[in-house]
Amino acid sequence: MNVPEDLKYAETHEWIRLEGDTGTVGITDHAQNELSDVVFVELPKTGAAAEPAKFIAVVESVKAASDIYSPVAGEVIETNSALEADPSLVNSDPYGEGWIYKLKVSDPAQLDALKSAADYSSQIS
Amino acid sequence: MSRDVIQDTPLRAEHEKLGARLVDFHGWRMPVQYSSIIDEHHAVRKAAGLFDISHMGEVVVRGPQAGEALNRLLTNNLAKLGLGQGQYTLLLNERGGVIDDMLAYRLGEEEYFLVINAAKIDEDVAWMEQQLQLLGLSDFTFEHLSAEFGGLALQGPRAQDVLEVFFENHTVHLPERNGIIRTPWQEQELLVARTGYTGEDGFEIFAAADVMGRVWTALLEHGAVLGLKPAGLGARNTLRLEACLPLNGQDLSPDHTPLEAGLGMFVSTKKEQEYPGKDVLTLQREEGPPSRLIAFKMLDRGAPPREHYPLLAEGETIGEVTSGSLSPTLGFGIGMGYVPVDYANPGRRLEMKVRQALVEVEVVPKPFYKRETP
Repeated sequence: MNVPEDLKYAETHEWIRLEGDTGTVGITDHAQNELSDVVFVELPKTGAAAEPAKFIAVVESVKAASDIYSPVAGEVIETNSALEADPSLVNSDPYGEGWIYKLKVSDPAQLDALKSAADYSSQIS
Repeated sequence: MSRDVIQDTPLRAEHEKLGARLVDFHGWRMPVQYSSIIDEHHAVRKAAGLFDISHMGEVVVRGPQAGEALNRLLTNNLAKLGLGQGQYTLLLNERGGVIDDMLAYRLGEEEYFLVINAAKIDEDVAWMEQQLQLLGLSDFTFEHLSAEFGGLALQGPRAQDVLEVFFENHTVHLPERNGIIRTPWQEQELLVARTGYTGEDGFEIFAAADVMGRVWTALLEHGAVLGLKPAGLGARNTLRLEACLPLNGQDLSPDHTPLEAGLGMFVSTKKEQEYPGKDVLTLQREEGPPSRLIAFKMLDRGAPPREHYPLLAEGETIGEVTSGSLSPTLGFGIGMGYVPVDYANPGRRLEMKVRQALVEVEVVPKPFYKRETP
């Protein structure tokens, strides 16, 4: 499974990429592979308050609906509208075009509590 | 039989070789998918898919009174079956609710073969044995052979082509729709029925458990060039839902009759034999059922329907989804559910509650998908 080095990971299989104070969030390659065939993503609302480990979005495969939790606190500033037309981007490019939302991160130090690529890799191995 | 221990089908090693994702399905370790549910679904619609159905139960009833006994147990009229023919039929409780649905085949003049649902094997067998004892008929035998049989389903527009290649040089006259034949293959006996659970043409093949691995492997080898792929329970569910084939435990339940489920053509209230639930069904046929199992589609993109989502009309909950999914063939959400008859006509708009939101759905005629027949 692909676990990029430059991202931080939540135990619940979300990744976050921090650029300035903007965090981009999606689900990991492992998670999309487990879910398989993503058919719908319920995106958060722009302006919504994200809190760590709080339900923020839903990714649905043919078989099941899975809750997505925000890795850190912040305010949702953008959602990936491309997923409305093609939710399978989550499967084909989980770390790229399959991103789910961006948030203005309240406290970048919260990322320190998340897992490194190495720690997440050992979690899923 | 104890259900504490998860059971394997004779094909477990084959599934593992193919990289299947295995899940616990009513006490059986079964493949939910090999590649992807959607890929496998399309393979069955466009070419062919091969499913392990060894979890299903088999019962053989033999003897001079076998037909009479079963006709006092099941809803359809077994007397209509000629040799080598099969019919869809139901086993009911005394309230007319569904215990199980099944295929009953007439293998011989006095020999019947029943294929029952995996999740219901113990309950069916207990109920059938109890009811049969009450009949006072003695000239038949009832054998529960689920452990001896394995089964697989070969489904799709290329299924017949695959089977013809599989039988190679032998001249096998394949059965007609709903028919069954007994045929030799590599010194073994196979039962080949032209039935299925996908809405496509296809076959279900039953044989001794220790033969199934060879049949499975040979079919996949011969069929690959024709587009045959192994397919799991995930695709089996989306395929059967598009065809509006009910799943017992979801779309069929002890609290709804087959008439409510829209299965009246498999219920004989005219045959002379009594059977559990017949009086309830006879009355319901006169008065009309209070509710109907509807098929509905979503009108907008959105989260696909799922089991237990509430169905509403004018703000009131009137039922719930019994089966739902994105339809891989149609590209939108589809589902079924029981609602009072006043809300059951095609064209009627209802609302479905998805988490906190209400989305609009429309009642449509069944099925969602019907194959083109040549």
